Amino acid sequence: MSRIHSPEELENIWKRIQSERDPRKTCISLCSGSACHASGSREVARLLIEEIERQGLRQTVDIRRTGCHGFCERGPIIVIHPDEICYFHVQPEDVPEIISKTILGKEVIDRLVYTDPETREKIIRESEIPFYKFQVRTVFGSNGSIDPKNIDDYLAIGGYGALAKALFTMSPEQVIEEVKKANLRGRGGGGFPAGRKWEGSRKAPDPIKYVIVNADEGDPGAYMDRSLLEGNPHAVLEGLIIGAYAVGAHEGYIYVRQEYPLAVENVNQAIRQAEEYGFLGKDILGSGFDFVVKVHRGAGAFVCGESTALMTALEGRVGEPRPKYIRSNIKGLWGRPSVLNNVETWANVPLIINHGADWFIQFGTEGSKGTKIFSLVGKIVNTGLVEVPMGMTLRDIIFKIGGGIPNGKRFKAVQTGGPSGGCLPESHLDLPVGFDELTQAGSMMGSGGMIVMDEDTCMVDVARYFIEFLTDESCGKCVPCREGLRQMLKILTRITQGKGREGDIELLEELSETAIEASLCALGKSAPNPFLSTLKYFRDEYEAHILEKRCPALYCKELIAYYIDPEKCQACMICGRKCPAGAISGAKGKIHVIDQTLCTKCGTCFEVCPTRFGAIRKLSGVPVPDPIPEENRTIIRKRPEQ
Amino acid sequence: MTEFTLQIDGKEVRAAEGMTVLEAAQAAGIAIPTLCHHEKLEPFGGCRLCIVEIASRGGSRLVVSCVYPAEPGLVVHTRSPKVDRIRKMILELQMAHAPDAPILQEYAKEYGAEPDRFEKEASFCIHCGLCVRYCAEVKQKHAVGFIDRGIRKEIAFVPEIAARECWNCKECFPLCPTSYLQATYVLTEAMAFPRGESASR
Repeated sequence: MSRIHSPEELENIWKRIQSERDPRKTCISLCSGSACHASGSREVARLLIEEIERQGLRQTVDIRRTGCHGFCERGPIIVIHPDEICYFHVQPEDVPEIISKTILGKEVIDRLVYTDPETREKIIRESEIPFYKFQVRTVFGSNGSIDPKNIDDYLAIGGYGALAKALFTMSPEQVIEEVKKANLRGRGGGGFPAGRKWEGSRKAPDPIKYVIVNADEGDPGAYMDRSLLEGNPHAVLEGLIIGAYAVGAHEGYIYVRQEYPLAVENVNQAIRQAEEYGFLGKDILGSGFDFVVKVHRGAGAFVCGESTALMTALEGRVGEPRPKYIRSNIKGLWGRPSVLNNVETWANVPLIINHGADWFIQFGTEGSKGTKIFSLVGKIVNTGLVEVPMGMTLRDIIFKIGGGIPNGKRFKAVQTGGPSGGCLPESHLDLPVGFDELTQAGSMMGSGGMIVMDEDTCMVDVARYFIEFLTDESCGKCVPCREGLRQMLKILTRITQGKGREGDIELLEELSETAIEASLCALGKSAPNPFLSTLKYFRDEYEAHILEKRCPALYCKELIAYYIDPEKCQACMICGRKCPAGAISGAKGKIHVIDQTLCTKCGTCFEVCPTRFGAIRKLSGVPVPDPIPEENRTIIRKRPEQ
Repeated sequence: MTEFTLQIDGKEVRAAEGMTVLEAAQAAGIAIPTLCHHEKLEPFGGCRLCIVEIASRGGSRLVVSCVYPAEPGLVVHTRSPKVDRIRKMILELQMAHAPDAPILQEYAKEYGAEPDRFEKEASFCIHCGLCVRYCAEVKQKHAVGFIDRGIRKEIAFVPEIAARECWNCKECFPLCPTSYLQATYVLTEAMAFPRGESASR
């Protein structure tokens, strides 16, 4: 392919690609994102290709290995176009049947389609499945129709049209104006208006400027940016090039985690292809604008997602933040004006340029416009990536799209915003998601992690878990974060072990104040959030742990005991055999008893006791009843009447 | 260089462009406590003890004076109940490491810090980074550096460089507020210096 020299040539290429593609032709789109990859999509792909070959269908059936479709719970996912037949949990052994029945016989395989858990109704089309139906997938939607390794797929949907529009019909100032009007706020966590950030850099006198993609996504359980970069790298690149044009940068960086091998691979390939086509390099599309981009692989430190630490790491130094009193868009990478935005923010830019700010602001709330991708994980039926308009309520996301809580359990809290976000309780389920709304409620948008917790979750332990994560990831440069978190973790650990003392809550609050007010960077400043938000909404749990040495969720090991209810025990011996500590005594026909001194509280007995017996109970805050006397343990069963 | 005035604790103070609030205060004889600042070194902003309050948009906010640029007309308060509370906490956190460090004891008296508020930690380094930065910025030898991160972060000498450079320098020794540096040096010398390079000296 030779370089494209003008917008007209680009249009001709679109036309050529579109004319070569018959929309009525059967196309099997197979999700090959990281999650489906893990559930075996590679093997499915191999067999599909083999089977198509074997049946001589190469001319009539296309197969496209796309990026993440989002419904990771049910991977590997296949969507067969043009009928949009959607199959879940596709296993290698399903492949011959899919080809013979669905591709050749036009017959739907019932077993593989979605079944509505309530109505038991089978839903065949992807867009009609509740998980997808309530989403607005403006950014993420193209993932399902693009092979990220093939730029033609991106061009087939009008790719790089926004770049051509910006370069040839808009001044850099007009681009900035449009992004400002769209009120695009940073999707990485801070929510800072991108247009204002760009404008600051544009106006900075230094002639050398940089644009940077922050793909150092590090929140536990969050993988929105990963899936975007893996699945649609050209959208991110296009946004970045437009941004570079707007601020006047000729060099850009993509800082991506080394732990995201597929994202690294796909974005590198995308860059090579974009260079070949002339979307990168000198005189882009014949506009006279030059821009190059390099990929930098991050060495795996959470703090490097912080903008100044990221830039320090890019410079080849230890990734530690620097004070932000002079903003990075004025003095950033190598002291030059540098615009750093998150993957998802950049991916929104082509949409805004293509459709205009007015289109963009139709989605969202007063302060938060557009859509947001959330990674919906934890105790939720439909684990996956969801894109919703800002302003959708937590309830709709969790119950309508997410399908609610599995195993008939009750919802307890949702943790938003990553490790330094906060936990919101049931009373906040009707909160519309937006930057300001979440912050006001004591949590934050962050980069879009959403961890759902059920009634079995101990909120003190949740706080302890996140503080532990942050302690581990603190860079250690400043005292309030390094030392403050060290102490907070010690206290929280102590509380979950039943060694909490009166005054611990107040001490934690004091440590929180110091971390919030005096830490160097956003990691430390927001680190107390997991504690503060759980304290705000679940104070009673802290008090139960400290004052009564009781864990209300029956989770904290040191505060619970396992006990076999002699009324319910049927002496089946399953728990006795499975107990790894040999703590359960009993024999056939003899009620089992747990020796509390030997019990390691691993919970195995609780899990293996047949649900119809339900003899094993967890106790907390109450003494374990004495075992019944040896002589009373024999179970006398009435023989069934002959 | 443009000069201007700002107000620190009610006093009009002259400063030049490029100065930090801490430098402006020190030049005017106003004391602000600090553990990681050194006039020969780039501002670090690590200990956060020099936190002060500045007037901002009708209210006030906290900034760290060793890295906050002095601006014309800026109104600074070096003490306030909040500032004092935070300094006290920072000192208490540091005293978990180095309860006997003279400078910590002196500040502790001033701010009412309780040396035993937190359980003692094994390492008595307070991570001010003076040794590391002095060796890098002033001596440009990089004989001592930080290793690991977060709560596992420590200072460590690079034995090969240290064996060559440190024996007749040791300018970092008096900078260390806790003597942890000296301990680290002796340990490195004893355990890891390349054979024949240290013993002879």
